[in-house]
Amino acid sequence: MVKEMHKHQVIIVGGGMAGLRAALESYDQGMDTAVVSQVHPIRSHSGAAQGGINGSLANVPEGKDDNWERHAFDTVKGSDFLADQDAVETMTKEAAIRIIELEHMGTPFSRTEDGKIAQRPFGGAGYPRTCYASDKTGHVIMQALYEQLVKRQVKVYAEYFVVTLAVQGDVCRGLVAINIITGGLESFEADAVILATGGSGRIYARSSNAIINTGSGMAVAYQAGVPLKDLEFIQFHPTSLLGSNILMTEAARGEGGYLVNNQGERFMQRYTPKVMELAPRDIVSRSIQTEIDQGRGFPGGCVHLDLRHLGREKILERLPGIRDIAMNFASVDPILQPIPIQPAQHYTMGGIDCNVDGETVLKGLLTAGECACVSVHGANRLGGNSLLDTVVFGQRSGKKAVQYVQDKHTRVPAEKAMNEAVAKAEKKITTLTEGQASEPTFKIRSELGETMTNKVGIFRDKGPMTEAVQKIKDLKQRYKGCRVTYKGKKFNLDLLRTLELEGCLQVAEVIAQGALARQESRGSHTRLDFKDRDDVNWLKHTLAYYTADGPQMKYRPVTITRWQPEARKY
Amino acid sequence: MATTELKVEEKQAVSTVTLRVFRFDPEKDKTSRYDTFQVPVKPGMSVLETLFEVLDKQDSSLAFRYACRGAVCGSCAMYINGSYKLACETQLSLMGTTEITVGPLPHLPVIRDLVVDMAPFFEKYERVMPYLQTKNDLKDKERLQSPKQRKLINEAVDCILCSSCYSACPITWTHKEYLGPSALNKAYRFVADSRDEATAERLKVVSGEDGVWRCHTIFNCVEACPKKLNQTDAIETLRRKTVSQKLKFWKR
Repeated sequence: MVKEMHKHQVIIVGGGMAGLRAALESYDQGMDTAVVSQVHPIRSHSGAAQGGINGSLANVPEGKDDNWERHAFDTVKGSDFLADQDAVETMTKEAAIRIIELEHMGTPFSRTEDGKIAQRPFGGAGYPRTCYASDKTGHVIMQALYEQLVKRQVKVYAEYFVVTLAVQGDVCRGLVAINIITGGLESFEADAVILATGGSGRIYARSSNAIINTGSGMAVAYQAGVPLKDLEFIQFHPTSLLGSNILMTEAARGEGGYLVNNQGERFMQRYTPKVMELAPRDIVSRSIQTEIDQGRGFPGGCVHLDLRHLGREKILERLPGIRDIAMNFASVDPILQPIPIQPAQHYTMGGIDCNVDGETVLKGLLTAGECACVSVHGANRLGGNSLLDTVVFGQRSGKKAVQYVQDKHTRVPAEKAMNEAVAKAEKKITTLTEGQASEPTFKIRSELGETMTNKVGIFRDKGPMTEAVQKIKDLKQRYKGCRVTYKGKKFNLDLLRTLELEGCLQVAEVIAQGALARQESRGSHTRLDFKDRDDVNWLKHTLAYYTADGPQMKYRPVTITRWQPEARKY
Repeated sequence: MATTELKVEEKQAVSTVTLRVFRFDPEKDKTSRYDTFQVPVKPGMSVLETLFEVLDKQDSSLAFRYACRGAVCGSCAMYINGSYKLACETQLSLMGTTEITVGPLPHLPVIRDLVVDMAPFFEKYERVMPYLQTKNDLKDKERLQSPKQRKLINEAVDCILCSSCYSACPITWTHKEYLGPSALNKAYRFVADSRDEATAERLKVVSGEDGVWRCHTIFNCVEACPKKLNQTDAIETLRRKTVSQKLKFWKR
């Protein structure tokens, strides 16, 4: 049944920013490198990033005293002290070189008057340190990285969906994927695999994420025995467009935008009077949700993001992308009208457990970007740190993969692992395509989304979360009755989406169970029944291990280097 | 929280649209056809969402591309009611009709249904050397570029490579090797970039037989572009630069 067998030294799964940066590193160090991606790389969700990428370049007068240590402290405080501080130091130290490198690759950043990379203020940051290209930063960086891939003619397998990893003992030797175009299974043998598959936002009904962000990479790693770390920490972005939940960048507030309730009040003055709208995302999202819940929102469950006072010129220069989106998706022109916004799932702080070099518990399996958890974002990520995460840890995982491949004695023969993986993938697909469906896939998907948004959302409580855990178990049971009703091979979306859904259910279970277990409030994880942070019992990472009956939780201490946890005030 | 509880099924359909969708599998079907579906409309629904409604509830065999659903990734460029559109940003409520016909991007080979083969498009993209080329290495400092210089490429860098313009250009229909508006826009993006130092090499590529002189300034590309770019203008600029470079050569 396997149509083709491929072999490369390093295979990167995922064509977004982390994946492409890893691929460039591996290729430039002489490895036979390939990228396997569910979509053409240029379609990856990194391209939807708007506001910018953080680095203490100190390019603008207000940021002249900025340095990597201040960036590190802001990140640790933003994380509500759950981030590993050694990893944060690594990321913020390497920020400048990675950003300059993106510029050298051709990224057209916006510029200061003296021609340097422009920087803007962002939430939770002491200085304007977010480098940007109007409000299309992800788009232009994605283009530049892909351009570099084309320059080197790195091999890309576009439109392949990974079904399983090939693992023998504690060594990863490759993967098996469906060629979406032909529908055939193809095997990919590799000395090292790097998973850079992005987030899992679409588990939630309300998410700013692309439809392709289903956590599929997290799921294949989890099924292979790699723990998922801190998955209960889900970022809800304060400002997503009402209805479609498309992101309205934090830069809108960085450039001076107001949040306003139905009383015409800039309500952030009651929550964080010092920094107003530029508090970190967890705090702003809670504030907005509180306004809505207490009846100070607008119809449909939203508040207003008001940019009108910024004036036409500034909006057109700095925020043209979100203006177009607001006009085309909500028929609102931000130059003339306030934008209706509501919080929506935005980012998965947790992910596949790995170290600062992307290594996981499986030899030859590395990971980087949103699907990974180093951890640098802890319980709440600062805006502008996700793009930074992708390039810093993309590069590091690429470099480490090369070292691992060169260190030949750690390898085992691939044949057995590959054969088993092929058999496993075939069985999975056969099971889904044979027999009668007793359950429509879309119902499970929408009930899961509803459950997660309503019961494992911004405000959490024991009762609803217990219901959510039970509901997910029921959905997992019902999923067994799902069948692929279209039997054709080519571009079979029914098959892909049904395969994805299995992973969604597993990842959702880890999120819900981890959230229920964590009896404290920290960063994005806000419990109504445990309102305070509890450093005595919960200053630790959650590690969820796969078992057939659901995740088994273990815990690991947080690495603290120089900043002792203190009250988090803004 | 009770005030904002989300109920997926509660979004009541207020009306329906008649969706005609192009269907074709070149390996199985002798000819293409259009299938018709009645799709319930939800507030704020896009054409892409109607395709998902069909896929989930009426016909699981439907094939189409999607990713960001926010008009930035370029996956879902389609031919909708006679215009080039991104299906995700095409709102049913703004279409002025409840009859919707969706086809694949014309003049590209169909893989299945609404999915086309983008290879011809990306081949052209690769031919213009779509990457920054510089001679000196600045090590750990960024290259300087004034806001005025950056402004020259503001529009050109917005291209999302959706291929609408390539599909709409009549020259690409008859002359398969023509680079087309998007690749030429990409070439312009680097020629106009103050940091790039390969203008001569790039102008050589774009001024060849398959380049800028093939353009008949029909402006279909401009009309088709979902990002409202002016590819024709970029091509015109490349033409002027090509001429002035040749003149410089002869004046020497």
